[in-house]
Amino acid sequence: MGKYIVKRLLMMIPVILAVAILIFTIMTFVPGNPASLILGADATEEQIRIKEHELGLDQPYLVRLGSFLKQTFVELDFGRSYWTNTSVTEEMMERFPRTLAIAGFAMVFTTIIGIPLGIFTAVHEGTFADRIGVLLCVVGVSMPTFWLAMLFVLLLSLKLKLLPAQGMGGVQYYVMPVIAQSLGGISGMVRTARASMLEVVRADYVTTARSKGLSERKVIYEHALPNAMLPIISVLGGQLANQLGGALVIEQVFSIPGIGLYLINAVNTRDYPVAQSSVVFLSILFSLIVLATDLCYAAVDPMIRAQFTQGGKKKKKGKEENA
Amino acid sequence: MSAKTKKEKKTGVNQWQEVFNILIHNPNAIIGFVIVAVLIILAIIAPWISPYDYLEMDLMAAKQGPSAAHLFGTDDLGRDILSRILYGGRYSMSLGFLSVGCGALIALVIGAVAGYFGGWVDNLLMRMMDVLSAIPGMLLSIIVAAALGTAYHDTVIAMAIGNVAALSRILRAQILSIREKEYVQAAKASNCSSFRIIFSHIIPNSVMPMIINCTSRLAAALLFCASLSFIGLGVQPPEPEWGAMLASARGYIRTYPYMLISPGLFIAVSVVGFTLLGDSLRDAMDPKLRK
Repeated sequence: MGKYIVKRLLMMIPVILAVAILIFTIMTFVPGNPASLILGADATEEQIRIKEHELGLDQPYLVRLGSFLKQTFVELDFGRSYWTNTSVTEEMMERFPRTLAIAGFAMVFTTIIGIPLGIFTAVHEGTFADRIGVLLCVVGVSMPTFWLAMLFVLLLSLKLKLLPAQGMGGVQYYVMPVIAQSLGGISGMVRTARASMLEVVRADYVTTARSKGLSERKVIYEHALPNAMLPIISVLGGQLANQLGGALVIEQVFSIPGIGLYLINAVNTRDYPVAQSSVVFLSILFSLIVLATDLCYAAVDPMIRAQFTQGGKKKKKGKEENA
Repeated sequence: MSAKTKKEKKTGVNQWQEVFNILIHNPNAIIGFVIVAVLIILAIIAPWISPYDYLEMDLMAAKQGPSAAHLFGTDDLGRDILSRILYGGRYSMSLGFLSVGCGALIALVIGAVAGYFGGWVDNLLMRMMDVLSAIPGMLLSIIVAAALGTAYHDTVIAMAIGNVAALSRILRAQILSIREKEYVQAAKASNCSSFRIIFSHIIPNSVMPMIINCTSRLAAALLFCASLSFIGLGVQPPEPEWGAMLASARGYIRTYPYMLISPGLFIAVSVVGFTLLGDSLRDAMDPKLRK
């Protein structure tokens, strides 16, 4: 298993390098000159040229790419913002926990509410509760998160004055973003868990278990559920990534200074170091999430675990273990 | 041989009929279809039915609630919200369809070439897809939208790119399982060109899982389109895209919250429609889920 993890981590390196190159290249095509944007409309040609030289923008593409890659991956430094001249690494370390708090808590709610609810609706398929649940979930996945968030602001902070409408501070500032962010996630998770459970419930071995005369409880919890969990686990990583992506937008609604606001602001002001670094950082995080999901998956599924731990050669032995 | 192909053709027709029969007896499918059809028709006939010009400002009538003159009220600049919603549907619907369609088209070529040729071509293309899918979809589209600009076709490309990696993988996997089938070998033996084999033999037989996946992507695309416009990188004001309308409504949440309601409602209803339709289509085509 350790060998497999190392192998996967090594495979990540070229992918992340390619991501960095891709993002850097895309950013060079962004119209608008940062130097003239920073100096404003009154700047003379001369001033712009000096600023460009200062930022290193006058150098050829390959030289800039090289220094960007060297700085990011060798010196492990994300550089300095064009506008505020603050260290991007420090700024991100300060901002990222806020984004992670929203995405993380939303993820926790998604998992602990979504999965049991999905299994419950599948087990009670066709009942009134199931129908209502399915309907609510379709509505839940269909509402734009940022709209839902604004409706919350309208109701909870402007009408009832319970929670602050925007900004930073204590826990109360995170309540609405997390709830708004969770509802879509929970609905999606219920749908996945329900579909996965329904597929399993119709499988032959469940019929066999029933015909053996096992109690319905045993059939569901010992035979169906463990098998239904596999596809559910495989979407967890994607869910977390979705939550992170969604947090970028929800930060906009609540003016929470997380990575999302940082990135979108950087894109709009042509602050290349900030935009590139944020994307590279989030991509690394994203790749690690995918890897973690795969590992969880392997830990649960003996068939896959056997492949990982013993390699292709001894696959046969793994199959015997399962049998 | 000919008897066999005849039989296959026949079952093919039956399959479609069966799917159609399942769909027509599924109330969810009907509801979804009706919602989507109504919204598309409204978007198409928007110029003839909208009561006002969507750009016409009337500052005297700004921020009015619903009335006989303005069914959905007016926005901060006195523009009729109903007219803007109707025109906005054109953006949301067409962007949704076009972005998924373009994404699927690019994925079709990449997946087909990778799956059919295999070897280093496959390796190269799939590693490229690995890189694309290592960047979270939302982020990739934001960056591409920033680089290309906010013209209509640029937004389509930015949104389409997020779909390419996953769709091309689905197609490639399907093609790998079909590549060794007898009819492909027969085509090869009869000196068919690779192009012809791919496009007239392999793709028609392997494209189904991708199409099913596309229908469920439509709903996500609509939501995504609204998000992109909301953060200011999609359709730009004064053009009336639903997400962009919500972005401008955000500034008036304290003074005139009514502006928020209808654009969001229309996004939600249209996504519900596409979700129901996509779900039913998937269920109808997946034999495992049939009772």
